[in-house]
Amino acid sequence: MDVQARTAEGLLLVQVREERIDAAAAIRFKDRMREVTAGWAGPVILDMSEVKFLDSSGLGAVVAVMKLLGPEQRLELAGLTPTVEKVFRLTRMDSVFRIHPVLPEEYRNAG
Amino acid sequence: MQAEVACCPETGDAAWTIRLALQGDALAVRRGLGLLFTDPRLAALSPDSRGTAEIVLAEVLNNIVEHAYALVPGGVEVTIRLLERGLCCCIRDHGAPMPGLELPPGQPVDCSDELPEGGFGWFMIRSLARNLRYCRGGRWNELCFLLPVNE
Repeated sequence: MDVQARTAEGLLLVQVREERIDAAAAIRFKDRMREVTAGWAGPVILDMSEVKFLDSSGLGAVVAVMKLLGPEQRLELAGLTPTVEKVFRLTRMDSVFRIHPVLPEEYRNAG
Repeated sequence: MQAEVACCPETGDAAWTIRLALQGDALAVRRGLGLLFTDPRLAALSPDSRGTAEIVLAEVLNNIVEHAYALVPGGVEVTIRLLERGLCCCIRDHGAPMPGLELPPGQPVDCSDELPEGGFGWFMIRSLARNLRYCRGGRWNELCFLLPVNE
C-alpha cells in the first residue's frame, strides 16, 4: 500500500498512490494511515486523486481513519475521482467530510 | 457453457453475454473486476454506467466472500447480459444461504450518532440496482439484478 505523507503549510498531506482502496486493501490502508499520521496533531488532507475505485470496505477504512485521528484533528479529502465521489455521495459521507474538488493550490508543490 | 441463471426474471434477447468464474476471496474479486471492466463490451459503456456497475458488483462479490464463504471457501460465477432495459447481472455462489433466505434491508447509514465503519454495502446495492431477486437452490445462492445503462 503506497501511501506517502509530507507536511505542508501546517498540515499533513497524505497521498494515496494506489488505484484501489477495496476489501483486499482496506486493512493495509488503515494500518499505513496510522503509521504516517503517528505523532502528528494537526489537520490532515488525504489526496485521493489517484484512487479510481473505492468500495464499502474502503469507505469504512476512511471513516475509521477519521475516528482514529479523533474529533480534535481534522481529516479532509481532496481529488475524488468520479466513482469514488459517487460512493461518498450515495452513502451521504460527503456531508461528513470536507471534500476539496482538487488538492488546494497552495499544497500542491509545498513541502 | 450454459449460464447458471436459474432464477433470473429478466427475459429478452441479450446483445451480448459475459461470463466469469472466480474464487471467492478478496484478491480474486479485485482481479475479476479488473478482467470484467477491461472487457471491451463493458469498457464501451459510459463511465457513469461502468462506475455504477463496478460499485454494485464489488459489493455483491465482497458480501459473498465475507458471508457466504466466511467458513468454507468456494467459487463464484458471474453472468452479465446487456438487455434493452440495462445490464442484467446474475451472481451465483455455493456458500451459506442468506440469513432467513432474505436479502438484507440495506438501511441508510445513520450519521447522527457515532459514524459506522461498515453497513454501507447493501445500502449502495439497493440504491443502484433494480429488480433485485435472490434465490436459494439446493446448495447455491443466486442474486440477479438490473443496472440502468446510459450512453
